[in-house]
Amino acid sequence: MPSRWAFLARRLGFYLTAAWAAITLNFLLPRLMPGDPSVAIVDQLQRVSGRQLPPETLVSIQTLFGDPDANLGEQYVAYLGQLARFDLGTSISRFPTPVADLVAAGLPWTLMLVGTTTVLAFVIGTGLGVLTGWKAGGRFDAIVTPASTFISSVPYFWVALIALWVFAFELRWLPSSGGYDPDLEGPAFWLSALRYGILPAATIVFSAFGGWLLGMRNMTVTTVREDYVLLAQAKGLAPSRVVLRYAARNAMLPSFTGFALALGGVIGGALLTEIVFSYPGIGYLLYDSLTKRDYPVMQGVFLLIALTVLVANLIADSVYVFVDPRVREQG
Amino acid sequence: MNTTFLSHPKVRFGLVVVGFFVGLAVFGPWLTGTVLGIDPRANDISAIAAPPSAEHWLGTTQFGQDVLAQLIAGARGSMFVGVLAALIGTVLAIVFGVTAGFFGGRTDHILNFVTNLFMVMPVLPLIFIVSGYLRGTGLWMIAIIIGVFGWAGGARTLRAQTLSVRNRDFVLAMRMLGESNPRLIGAEVLPHLGGWIASMFLSAMIGAILAEAGLAFLGISDSGAISWGSMIQAAQSQSAVLRGLWWWFVPPGLCIALIGTAAAMLNFGVDELSNPKLRSATRRVVRRTRRVERAVAADARTA
Repeated sequence: MPSRWAFLARRLGFYLTAAWAAITLNFLLPRLMPGDPSVAIVDQLQRVSGRQLPPETLVSIQTLFGDPDANLGEQYVAYLGQLARFDLGTSISRFPTPVADLVAAGLPWTLMLVGTTTVLAFVIGTGLGVLTGWKAGGRFDAIVTPASTFISSVPYFWVALIALWVFAFELRWLPSSGGYDPDLEGPAFWLSALRYGILPAATIVFSAFGGWLLGMRNMTVTTVREDYVLLAQAKGLAPSRVVLRYAARNAMLPSFTGFALALGGVIGGALLTEIVFSYPGIGYLLYDSLTKRDYPVMQGVFLLIALTVLVANLIADSVYVFVDPRVREQG
Repeated sequence: MNTTFLSHPKVRFGLVVVGFFVGLAVFGPWLTGTVLGIDPRANDISAIAAPPSAEHWLGTTQFGQDVLAQLIAGARGSMFVGVLAALIGTVLAIVFGVTAGFFGGRTDHILNFVTNLFMVMPVLPLIFIVSGYLRGTGLWMIAIIIGVFGWAGGARTLRAQTLSVRNRDFVLAMRMLGESNPRLIGAEVLPHLGGWIASMFLSAMIGAILAEAGLAFLGISDSGAISWGSMIQAAQSQSAVLRGLWWWFVPPGLCIALIGTAAAMLNFGVDELSNPKLRSATRRVVRRTRRVERAVAADARTA
């Protein structure tokens, strides 16, 4: 039987290859697409800035998006070199801001919004899942489970639109777009950020908790029928202890990996939320760059999302291998 | 598998809903054109952004177009993308999953690696970027993109199932008789995966409908085509939310939600099929058990 370290080394190898694939994909995309993005970008930049581009900017763009005169191999090496210096190019729509700066500005907003809501949705959904699964077939289960099935199949952007219509425009309780009030400073600024965040956060939790609930319910139903849970009950242990320490603890494993993966999806996951609410994070940056055809920003954001997902997957795998010995055998 | 699967009430509900929308997609133009006599693209200048009325059952859009007619026309657009993308996705899943599972060894190693690669790539942002380069793509292109990026999960399931079928006695027997590999796969393995493939196709179809709606909502779709997603997108871009024209964006969302629920019901059926412990926990079984318990207790008292 392979040791856990051998298993981890193999997974690490896979994720390194996957990262290489993501970077290469990012390199090939603009070169495979019809038309010539690098020429389009240079033209657009000269139009926007109204002057000839400095030579180093020109070289940087051609490295990232394809120089018609250079061969593919040389381009690839230069591209990797540029990435290694965290140079993702220059934004077209906000010339001359570097893409890396735009990404860094949007990242904290996304992390705060989606990070908090992912944890909240997980806690609420998993908790309710244990309750419904423990008393499967009971009244609570009969109401909550179908309701969350329906909620989790409603398209997210539609929920967000309805919430926007009801709470921001009809009732006027909360702001409809943006992430903060730009006129405020200090504590008032943070309070406004909190207020702007309520509606997007609530919609994310609302559409996400159902998935956790259903998964956890099914695992609990399965676990509750195991012999050791029956034995614990027969020993006369308090029901709460049996539920939490015996049933839920073992039913948690799949949810736990799912959670690690969801955390990895945090950066890319808020795409639709941020677009509906014009929230100043990474997702909105991607959308904004798409509508303005700002290719350097588009690709920089994609690379960031892909790499974080890979890192989260690796972490999920590593944690899992230590929690559940059965995984190791499958490799 | 098939009889138990179909006898499941949740599965029946799912199939009825999907069937209803497929019917709507097929007969939609006939229904709007001949039966109701409304054109989804016609602009009724006398009724702009009008709420539901006898004239327009579900109201009209900002452009005076009938929402009901658009909804029916949208079913065809959404279903077209759903079916085409699911077809592409399912074929790719079969090619990768079944081949990997059947041949094993080096072939499995390579194909499984590619599958895992597609599993960990963030699909939505990727589709976003690709369609960003291919500006003004039609429903065809959208369906192809969704299909090509969405097969990995299915391939994984089919690989596992193929592994279990491959080693069963009847396959071994046919192999020893000298049956060729393509015939073994076609005649012995694939038929046993039929149920999985069918349910995979259905969930892929509904997944693609949801994905198309999401992409159309983001403005990545053919602006000329009518789908539920493009309806919501049009409503959003004309500030329908701000102006409270709820009859414009609520119905297409409800259609998507309904078909999404149908998918969840079908998935339930498949889950309970593959995990009998889940089946025991339905309300009906609990009630039946209690009744038996009561009857036994009553017997004990009278005896």
